[in-house]
Amino acid sequence: MTKWDWDYLIQDYRVHRSVYTDSDIFALEMKKIYGDTWVYLAHESEIPNVNDYKTTYLGLRPVIVTRDNDGAIRALFNRCTHRGATICRMDKGNTRNFTCPYHGWNFANDGRLAGVPWKQGYETSFDKNELNLKQLAKVESYRGFIFGTINEDAPSLQDHLGNAKELLDEWIDRYDGEIVVRSNAHRMVLDGNWKFVFDNAADGYHVSFSHRSLLAVGNRYNNEKDKDMTYFGKNPDSSPMYVQYLGNGHVFLDQRPMYDQVGDRWEQQRPQPGREAYEKEIREEYQSQADHYLDLTAGAQMNLSIFPNLLIIGNQIQVIEPIAVDQTRLTWYATTVDNLPDEINTLRMRSQEDFPAFGEPDDVANFAECQRGLSIPEVEWVMFNRGYNVPDRQKVDERGVITAPVTDETPMRNYFQEWKRLLTMERSKVN
Amino acid sequence: MTEIENTSFTSFYVTAQFYENVLADVKKLESDFSFLPIERKEEAERILFKEARLLDELRLEEWLSLYSRKCLYWVPATPGGGDPRKEVSLAFDDRRRLEDRVYRIRTGYAYSQLPLSRTRRMITNIEAAEGSSEQELLVRSNFCIHEFRVGELRSFAGWTGYKLQKEDEGWKISLKMVNLIDADQAHKNLTFML
Repeated sequence: MTKWDWDYLIQDYRVHRSVYTDSDIFALEMKKIYGDTWVYLAHESEIPNVNDYKTTYLGLRPVIVTRDNDGAIRALFNRCTHRGATICRMDKGNTRNFTCPYHGWNFANDGRLAGVPWKQGYETSFDKNELNLKQLAKVESYRGFIFGTINEDAPSLQDHLGNAKELLDEWIDRYDGEIVVRSNAHRMVLDGNWKFVFDNAADGYHVSFSHRSLLAVGNRYNNEKDKDMTYFGKNPDSSPMYVQYLGNGHVFLDQRPMYDQVGDRWEQQRPQPGREAYEKEIREEYQSQADHYLDLTAGAQMNLSIFPNLLIIGNQIQVIEPIAVDQTRLTWYATTVDNLPDEINTLRMRSQEDFPAFGEPDDVANFAECQRGLSIPEVEWVMFNRGYNVPDRQKVDERGVITAPVTDETPMRNYFQEWKRLLTMERSKVN
Repeated sequence: MTEIENTSFTSFYVTAQFYENVLADVKKLESDFSFLPIERKEEAERILFKEARLLDELRLEEWLSLYSRKCLYWVPATPGGGDPRKEVSLAFDDRRRLEDRVYRIRTGYAYSQLPLSRTRRMITNIEAAEGSSEQELLVRSNFCIHEFRVGELRSFAGWTGYKLQKEDEGWKISLKMVNLIDADQAHKNLTFML
């Protein structure tokens, strides 16, 4: 029994405002969703060498992701087992051990308590092994993407990824080389609940409205072909784009059907600094391969959202970090690819500066205004009913994947059912 | 005779060499400056103060006219700047993208700037040095920008490096590098001009 009637709060076509505004529900989310299910922690390329580490969060829990002295990837709670201080206060680095700055307890980067100062002050039964750093129950990575959970009974990561796995493969397999996540990133803080970001990630309805100014910038150039995303303004439901609910909370919006030919992505991209200079060089050097390479400067046009916190968008890896019920940190990690020509990677950097500067801030402003609007107790519901019960709009395939027109709110309706399942799941081992 | 590039719409000038030049300029801007006569320094200050006033008064089109046709407005996300060829910046705007930035705000549909940010900026610790010729000045200064938007007053601090170039119409900004002290941290809405 809980104090909430979850079936009332989460309905088939609408959810109650309190799931965005109630701090007790938020506390439960941080325990059960950011804990009991797989949460994205880091990309392997951020800790490429033995003894590399980066600090991050599992929900609100500070965590150190390390590649230990034997090369194994671990996620350690960043909390001294003595009196509770965080033992690592840097964003990233390379070390074999962490010494707590408070009383000098020393831990190896695999979590073992290596030593405590003046050990003779402890009783003879003192066993260091009982005070190793606590670690996440499971840490697994899939093709470079590291996830962790505190749920010992969680299914394997690949089972959890489910139908999202092959889409992630498609995003990765766009390249022959390895994706490298650059640790300098676009980082934003927004005054809104984390789920606004997830709702928005597979929302084809908002684009021509929330991003009206960005689309106008695209039209400044009067080109014959549509610029990136301007097609959302032209009867998007009859376009070949679509949204999908993939299961396990994962959702997908596919813009790839708007790009048929090799060279289309490059052609339709809003221009980035150095575009003409670099294009000239690349065409001279790579001839018939040039369009292929130039396309790789533009986003994959896949918006793949892996519940609850990993959003693949464009060429970026976007990570949701909840801070409070009404505050969220959003990090856009840029990517390069290790065997692409340097010129292409440079253009990729300039492309990846476009949306975080000209697109996302307008969404973020709208998320904050949603939070403000939802503070009104008398207006209870957030509606996700676009496409609901409308004949012939949705189809379900043999995998259970639901496909709908690109503006439908199918992704939100369905991921909230998984959200409800996780929040109400009873487990004995985790407290 | 070579045709003059319309940098509002094309970007032939941001070449590999351009990146090299920017990184070389950063080195100079970070080094100790040699003495410059006070009158020369005042020329630089006039541009900086004018820029600050135009930005604070949201006279963005006039602000753009202070920049050279082949300019760079750079706000690194990496402290010290990093290598923009391999790293993203908060802004690495050539002339075209800088005009895009202003254009977007002027559409009236940029919701992150509806209402518009109100700003007032302080510029101090101005130092100036001769560039590679008398037609070029290097300037650095500290700044503090107070910004107000949607019920909240925030401040931004750091230092700015400038390269000024003398053109027929007077001094123009060819490089502005804005180094926020919290460049690598999360910000709430950086859609106004720094």
